[in-house]
Amino acid sequence: MNHLLTTQDLDRDHLTMLLDTADGMVSLLERDIAKAPTLRGKTVATMFFEPSTRTKLSFDKAAKALSADVMSFTASSSSLTKGESLKDTVLTVQALGVDLMVVRHGATGAPWRVAEWVDVPVVNAGDGAHQHPTQALLDSLTLRQHFGTLDGVKIGIVGDIRHSRVARSNVFAFATLGADVTLIAPPTLLPVANSEWPVHTTSELDDALTGLDAVYLLRVQSERGGASVFPSLGEYRARFGLTAERFKRLKPDAVVLHPGPMIRGVEIDAVVADDPRSLVLEQVTNGVAARMAVLYHLLGGEADV
Amino acid sequence: MKRVLDEKDVARAIRRIAHEISERNRGAGDVILVGIHTRGIPLADRIGRELAAIEDTEIPLGTLDIGLYRDDFASRPAPVIGRTDIPDTIEGRTVVLVDDVLYTGRTIRAALDALTDMGRPARIQLAVLVDRGHRELPIRADYVGKNLPTSEKERVTVHLQEIDGEEGVWIEATL
Repeated sequence: MNHLLTTQDLDRDHLTMLLDTADGMVSLLERDIAKAPTLRGKTVATMFFEPSTRTKLSFDKAAKALSADVMSFTASSSSLTKGESLKDTVLTVQALGVDLMVVRHGATGAPWRVAEWVDVPVVNAGDGAHQHPTQALLDSLTLRQHFGTLDGVKIGIVGDIRHSRVARSNVFAFATLGADVTLIAPPTLLPVANSEWPVHTTSELDDALTGLDAVYLLRVQSERGGASVFPSLGEYRARFGLTAERFKRLKPDAVVLHPGPMIRGVEIDAVVADDPRSLVLEQVTNGVAARMAVLYHLLGGEADV
Repeated sequence: MKRVLDEKDVARAIRRIAHEISERNRGAGDVILVGIHTRGIPLADRIGRELAAIEDTEIPLGTLDIGLYRDDFASRPAPVIGRTDIPDTIEGRTVVLVDDVLYTGRTIRAALDALTDMGRPARIQLAVLVDRGHRELPIRADYVGKNLPTSEKERVTVHLQEIDGEEGVWIEATL
């Protein structure tokens, strides 16, 4: 593993290796002194060309918990605003001396270009509506902790699949780990070409609901045009929101996930978000552990898998 | 491959180590056993059971992965990190670290650093099934199942029923 760009090329052994190590990292994070010296002397650059709070903070925390130094870059306060190109920007950061780059960019494929230009490992922290592999790792970790395995677990991903890099990443990771994935969305919010995806699709949340072990809700991405395909957010909620009423019809042991940021009252009702069966905060904590595992294996080489 | 310990030898060594721990610490009141991944964990479990029988008390058992504390991180492939779970606190307790083979001492150095990050035990002791010599650091074991003089060219293999489905210690020459 030289870079982590997409979940599509991660086989089951690699995913399992990362999740096993992430479990070890969870136990580190539970300690009073949640810090180990492993990456002392290494520098991680977090380069966010698109806004983010949780992902950037999560990578920061992950790098620091392993004693790496962190250099942060945000596009709005950089020389990009003076017209510097992406290539010159990343080459400059590399020349400053970094050992790994975490890249988020609004353009699909940008982290692949960066990986061609630099000679350090690159982690894709989200490129356009394309991929967000560490999100898929933390979600897989959260589900594996809860169910013990993903084999045979029935997961419904609900909402704006079309504009969602989270869905594109999770579909492949979940399926590779043996889960049974159903995409639930209005036809207008399903990807144009999904016939190759290892999933079922439906537009009827109410039909699918009772068979699910886990409901994975997505945010309606207004900034990517996700809100323009149905008449109102109220109508969206009526058909695809996990309302308190729908929540009652779930299996008693089914759980709810959401990658955040949540829009309460649209894709998820507040009482559902705050229910103990909502794993949203576990996802955030596991995000740090999953990213620690990624930094550890990219900088330290991989175990024999 | 020459077998130097069979399952009965291993069982006897574990029983003796448990007695020595009890004798050295005048009981096991504040003892916590911590097994180092991978084969230190079943060994710590077995020593704990013997000790519990001798002292008629529960012995807390922890697991420790030293992968994040290795000193050769840059030069060798990174192994999967296992869970470190220490029940209650090590503060002020007697921690007995348990591993299968003591060789260069570098694993134990890493384990001491890891424990230090978890608190300040009253004392740390070391129990190993096999001490094969060739230390690279000033570290010694307090409890040794078997001292096994080896050459650095030889390989020592410990197999335990819980992990390997067979039991014993083997020594073989490598090139």
